[in-house]
Amino acid sequence: MILVFVESWNNQFKKASFEAVSYARTWADMAGCGVKAVVSNDASNPSSLAQYGADEISTLNLASTGAGIASQLAAMVAGAKGVVVAGTAVGKTLAPTLAAMVDGALSTNTTSTPSALEPVVVERGAFSSKGIETLALSGGLPIVSFVPNAIGIVEKAGSGTVTNADASGKDLLTVGEVSVASGKVALPEAEVVVSAGRGLKGPENWGMIEELADVLGAATACSKPVSDIGWRPHSEHVGQTGIQVNPNLYIAIGISGAIQHLAGVSASKTIVAINTDPEAPFFKAADYGIVGDAFDVVPRLIEELRAFKAAN
Amino acid sequence: MNILVCISHVPDTTAKINFTADGTALDPAGVQFVINPYDEFGLTKALHIKEAQGATITALNVGGPETEPTLRKALAIGADQAVRINATPTDAITVAKSIKNHIQANAYDLIICGQESIDYNGQQVPAMLAALLEMPMVNACVGLNIDGNMATATAEIDGGHATYTASLPMVIGGKKGLVEEKDLRIPNMRGIMTARTKPLSVEEGQNGGNTAPQSFRKPASKSSVKMVAPDQVNELVRLLHEESKSI
Repeated sequence: MILVFVESWNNQFKKASFEAVSYARTWADMAGCGVKAVVSNDASNPSSLAQYGADEISTLNLASTGAGIASQLAAMVAGAKGVVVAGTAVGKTLAPTLAAMVDGALSTNTTSTPSALEPVVVERGAFSSKGIETLALSGGLPIVSFVPNAIGIVEKAGSGTVTNADASGKDLLTVGEVSVASGKVALPEAEVVVSAGRGLKGPENWGMIEELADVLGAATACSKPVSDIGWRPHSEHVGQTGIQVNPNLYIAIGISGAIQHLAGVSASKTIVAINTDPEAPFFKAADYGIVGDAFDVVPRLIEELRAFKAAN
Repeated sequence: MNILVCISHVPDTTAKINFTADGTALDPAGVQFVINPYDEFGLTKALHIKEAQGATITALNVGGPETEPTLRKALAIGADQAVRINATPTDAITVAKSIKNHIQANAYDLIICGQESIDYNGQQVPAMLAALLEMPMVNACVGLNIDGNMATATAEIDGGHATYTASLPMVIGGKKGLVEEKDLRIPNMRGIMTARTKPLSVEEGQNGGNTAPQSFRKPASKSSVKMVAPDQVNELVRLLHEESKSI
């Protein structure tokens, strides 16, 4: 079988978790085997994973950290032909920890489902989005951590039997305070990202960015200079040394498009750049561009989108 | 306190990336190599710890002799000694096994890696290293406080932050926030001169690998941007709906 880790937050499955099950289903269909999903035993409605292709749904008392969960999965991989993990914050620790524990063959930052088996071959992003690597997982258990939103969710029924599993996890860290902004879309998982830069002139002008994000159900982000001068928190900084995003739509407002910024966003499926400077490098990386003042264009865009949402 | 800072030797952020004619590797011709930016934050954090409470900082790289200028730069910035593990860094598991052997032969209290290197973007080595050594590890670490034998670390998680405590030794996968951009140091003349005489030792590492790159290619270039007049935002909304199907 293909083993897939299904992450939940506050008892709800993450969107990337459904995508992980879809990924596992595609792989399992190629390999002619089943999908076994590993789920926290306090996740609500585990049997719902059947509609994305889970055959066996194993619930257990999960450890608190990615490394702790990896130690549980390591005890469950016997007979598995592969392991799938979504590249969330937890997944990014879990996958390499598991790979080291079982001496497996790991691809992270993966952007495709397998194109071949024996060995498993996948594509992954490299050189900060300036290259695409085709990688063979040639030695040991193949483990794939994929970029959320790169594969998409596919509904396909699995048999969906829920069973209890028992594997104790070993956390080497003690978890203290956890703060997650409620009601906001998390950047790495966002389907739409509205991002703004120094062109906004000051932190007091972010109201319209939040409003635009709100209309689109988007996450907000910013450029590096903006986080460096403290207009916005570091956690919103998208780019080379910040967060890499992979949304369907990235709207860049008042960001020139330095190469460090583009490294974090060029995997976006569609990019819109709004900038007063017609020479801004972002226009070379964008699909759609508007040369104009953000203070003029953004309020209009909000108005047009509200009308669009109302009509559709 | 003994701190190990793992350093990747990577193409400069602004470098144009080309692949060899057969497409199986990076073509290094004309590429300027630098300390991986994530590792530079880690090295600077190690210097802050050294200045606050005293420490010996060892900078380590797994690679061939061509990576030594990058290690010399780490020495010029302030590391006390450097180790090059002579091996081809084929994949993260092989690199982690090489570093593990070095760590087991030397007592380190803290191992700081960048969360990822900007060449292969694996984000694998720190967690693998911790697993092989059975040490605690904090990834995407944006804050670190050492008090005696205990560490308190803040990490970015999806949509927020989490704080962890652990006892040393431990592994950090660090990023900006560990120190700020303005804290990064440019080597001065004195640093460059003393770096020449600081010890740089070479040890043999592991070769092999569990994964094998088959080919590299560049992403398809974007077709040219479609411009929309600023007073026709409705046209942009139409394109996003009908053409790109983004909304």
